[in-house]
Amino acid sequence: MIALDLLLNALAAGILLGGFYAAVSLGIAVAFGLLDIVNIAHPVFVMLGAYVAYIMNLRYGFDPILTGLLFTPVFYALGVVLYRIYYVSFERKGAESLRGLVFFFGILFIVEVSLLLAFGVDYRMVEARYVGESIKIGPVGIAFRLLVPFVVGVALTGALYLFLSRTFYGRAIQAVAQDSFALRLMGANPFKVKDVAFGLAIATAALAGALLIMIGPVEPAMNREYIGRVFAVTVLGGMGSIGGTLVAALILGIAESLTSTFYGPSWAVAVSFGILLLALAVRPSGLFGR
Amino acid sequence: MNAPAFLAVIVAVLAVGLAVTRVLDNQYYYFAAYVVLQYVVLATAWNILGGYTGYVNFGTPAFFALGAYTAVVLIRSVKAPLGVQLLAGAVVSGLLGLALGYLTLRLRGVFFSIATLALAVVLQTLFVNWNYTGGARGIALTRPATAALFGSYVQFLFVVMLGLAALAVATAWWIERSWVGRGLAAIRDNEEAAECMGVPTLRLKLLATTVSGVLMGLAGAPFPYYVTFVEPVSVFDLNYAVNSLAMPMIGGTTTWVGPVIGAVLLGTAQQIATVTISSALNLLLVGLILVAFVILAPEGIVGLVQRLTRRSAGRAGA
Repeated sequence: MIALDLLLNALAAGILLGGFYAAVSLGIAVAFGLLDIVNIAHPVFVMLGAYVAYIMNLRYGFDPILTGLLFTPVFYALGVVLYRIYYVSFERKGAESLRGLVFFFGILFIVEVSLLLAFGVDYRMVEARYVGESIKIGPVGIAFRLLVPFVVGVALTGALYLFLSRTFYGRAIQAVAQDSFALRLMGANPFKVKDVAFGLAIATAALAGALLIMIGPVEPAMNREYIGRVFAVTVLGGMGSIGGTLVAALILGIAESLTSTFYGPSWAVAVSFGILLLALAVRPSGLFGR
Repeated sequence: MNAPAFLAVIVAVLAVGLAVTRVLDNQYYYFAAYVVLQYVVLATAWNILGGYTGYVNFGTPAFFALGAYTAVVLIRSVKAPLGVQLLAGAVVSGLLGLALGYLTLRLRGVFFSIATLALAVVLQTLFVNWNYTGGARGIALTRPATAALFGSYVQFLFVVMLGLAALAVATAWWIERSWVGRGLAAIRDNEEAAECMGVPTLRLKLLATTVSGVLMGLAGAPFPYYVTFVEPVSVFDLNYAVNSLAMPMIGGTTTWVGPVIGAVLLGTAQQIATVTISSALNLLLVGLILVAFVILAPEGIVGLVQRLTRRSAGRAGA
């Protein structure tokens, strides 16, 4: 029953990977799904988070998750600055979508090349006590380097879900997504709400980056594989539905894991983009579309 | 610019290019000029879809690489001459463009752009896994030692690319001046309204994506003989996507001159920066210039010049 073992292991790894993909995609679900800001540069901020975790780990021996949490305020501030530039240059003039897209494409390129200049093309990784460990449940081996990102990713998703549905600001963010004009009539300022929301979106990249470098070694150009993944997850998850994002991330994780187990890892990247193309062509509103 | 003047400029540029190959012997200049001209083709091709029609394509590497790999297959299988490679590359990339055109039926704006990026990655994965064209390791090719009438094969490639650049610019010029260009502009400004007014939007979009694909495929087809080593990472490089979009953005997207100015300026600057500084730093520069232009001067250099001349004309009139 080697094939069955293989299948079970691939499924387990896929589910764990899916939890991590949810963490990477949350920022896009908020920025693109709710705010209509096509932040194609989000994955590159995840890379930035990964390199921050790498430096803090190398220099001071910080745990990657701890670094991720510590740096969320910094990334939040970065997000706020980026949104203000975006707002002043594009959104206020009503010229946002395509030129804004080109703007973020330029940002992606700048951050990627900067990382390349600072760290080179070598693969970098972090060290932590638990990274190499694993447990075995029956025939299924579960590596901690996948389990920890899964747990943190699902926790982050849960926290964001609670924030968006239970708090005043969270509801305001959802209101902006539905009708920002109506929000203005209620006496709230859409700009301020989006400011907070975009800051949060980028803040999730700090933690997602820490998870990324825990799963495996990173190099700057890796962000491109994640562009397909995060947009596939967001579109499939129904553009801004947090629960939908988690489900779509799990589907993608399982599909990729099965593909790389049975066909080889070099095909896995195409899975996400294939799913994305299919979702866009067949059902653009996603599985959980409004 | 009217038709005779435009033709005269094109012929003059081609003649100067040919004359240079009789005089100048330093091979480096041909290698460098080839790259700049290749960007003229790519930027002009991108602009036909992105600038005229308003569909932002991030998938330039897909079309370019498809042209290059078509040439690789032809070289490996039948040792086809360059002319055949160009023709085949144009046809294959043109077909991909046609398919992309049908995609615009379902996808507009941002979703279209993301889909083109997805297309590039899917295609790259296919070529990484296809052993006949070298797979992930790449494939080494030997370029013919000499070409008839030319000092070296690289000189010949330079002239070929010059001809392709002229072809691309002439195509853009024609589109701009004809009913096709006006139809594309109508699609860019308001697709629903254009459709309602009886503009055949689908046919025009198919034409734009196909022409754009053909030109990008043409730019890619001589690439295997130029580099003599083809591997997926370098042919599917994101730089092609960034450059082919940054150059029209910087030059100006509304006329055929814009992409040419952008490509010559940015392309030359990159060639100089690669030699004098470093290739990573010059890419950083491209990114910064792109962001600066998209924020500060969205109409590009052409738009800036137009604004300045209009202002001085207005002052003279008053």
